Amino acid sequence: MLITQIKSIKEIIKFGIKKIFVIKCIGCKEVYFPEKDVDNLINELTNSNIEIIQTISTEYLCNADFSKIISEKYKSQIEYVDSILIFSCGVGVQVVSSILEDKLVLPGCDTLNIPGYQGLTSQNFNCDLCGECYLNYTAGICPITSCSKSLLNGPCGGAKNGKCEVNKEMDCGWEKIYKRLSKFNLAKKQIDVVKIRNFLKLQEGVIGEKNETV
Amino acid sequence: MKLSELFKKGKFVITSEIGPPKGWQVDKCIHEAETYLKGKVDAINVTDNQSSVMRFGSLATCILLKQKNMEPIFQVTCRDRNRIALQSDILSAYAFGIENLLLLTGDHPVLGDHKDAKPVFDLDSVSLIYAVKKLESGEDLAGNKLEGEPPKFCIGAVVSPCAEPLDPQLFKMEKKIKAGAEFFQTQLVFEPEKFVKFMDIVKKNFGKVYVLLGITILKSVGMAKYMNENVAGVFVPDYLIEELKKDKEKTKSGQTGIEIAAKLIKEMKPYCDGVHIMPLGWDDKVPHLLELAEL
Repeated sequence: MLITQIKSIKEIIKFGIKKIFVIKCIGCKEVYFPEKDVDNLINELTNSNIEIIQTISTEYLCNADFSKIISEKYKSQIEYVDSILIFSCGVGVQVVSSILEDKLVLPGCDTLNIPGYQGLTSQNFNCDLCGECYLNYTAGICPITSCSKSLLNGPCGGAKNGKCEVNKEMDCGWEKIYKRLSKFNLAKKQIDVVKIRNFLKLQEGVIGEKNETV
Repeated sequence: MKLSELFKKGKFVITSEIGPPKGWQVDKCIHEAETYLKGKVDAINVTDNQSSVMRFGSLATCILLKQKNMEPIFQVTCRDRNRIALQSDILSAYAFGIENLLLLTGDHPVLGDHKDAKPVFDLDSVSLIYAVKKLESGEDLAGNKLEGEPPKFCIGAVVSPCAEPLDPQLFKMEKKIKAGAEFFQTQLVFEPEKFVKFMDIVKKNFGKVYVLLGITILKSVGMAKYMNENVAGVFVPDYLIEELKKDKEKTKSGQTGIEIAAKLIKEMKPYCDGVHIMPLGWDDKVPHLLELAEL
């Protein structure tokens, strides 16, 4: 069962979003989708003067072909907004982020668990179910799965010609993250942020306190 | 003595490093430090299972150096220990009078001799600096109060001034400064113009932060080429490789490498606060290099 926990509003509005397009992914068969929490968060966002252009429900965002069709279908609405807020597992967020290169794609929830069922998971992206989705801090590229050391605070300095020290076939995840953060002017804003992982979140399906940054 | 005190006095700080052996008999390593480095450098950095190769420990070696009246810099990487062990070892070091730290993320285990080991990286260089600052404030990383007086370290970190692209390096450097790094030891530099440009950016954007220029003695053409192929952020320009090719005997004896290193130090000295010499086994050549570089 896919289990997600909705992020606190603070973890979303700090990225300076103004106009957003919201996608709820209800694809996985046995999904635990906290519909009510999502609606509450959307209300809170509206009350915080964030303009929600449209909210859609769909399925299998993790399937890139399918996500491309959706982004074509809602092209005019998406063009109008600055950010996309997505309620899905980490794969869905990464897939949409890779399709919509010029939009900031933010996760609306933390993915805790997907035992036994992986939906139509993309081959190109991975969600490690860390329970505290960092994709909002890293402009839609996962530092846990795209960095061989799963570093949270920047590149290790071991990359050569853009390739990882562990595997020369693998791109340095942080070089890509940095580039994308710079595109949205988000790198400077993170200079004071120290991220430390909470391994308690790895314990099966633990829905606990909402994550806050140090 | 904390390196920060030397920097504040305006001293051009000289450090070098030793790598502990693979085995427990460290006498030779300590003896070499005593013979070639003691009295000639301000502090000696002890590498932490360098290149992910399992060796005698950095902390124990630092203690042995201290006992022989040498000033150690305890190098700590995040590769092998979680946040509990890291904080514990750093507290332990302080009890032995070790005041200088060099905090790094560390190489991945696959680069070393235990490729199948678990890569820990529970913390990284930035969060480790943050953890040490917490200890200095009298609390551990989880917010629990420490008993007695908190430790007070001089915190060092690393940066790669010739890396391409440079911006992600600067991003992380700034994060380290904000987290509490007081000085930086750089990756090896062979391109003075890049270093000068880097220092210019650092001075303009980050205010006063102390930088130790990373220097090594080139041993052979093969070593230079190997680094160009494999070592991140290190580029030995062609003109230096040509110089190594010129006189094979002179290069083999180390003289060419020493001359190149001395020239590099002299050229970049006005732009930095000190130099860190990584002899990579050629500890015996450090005194001659320092002499030639007029340090």
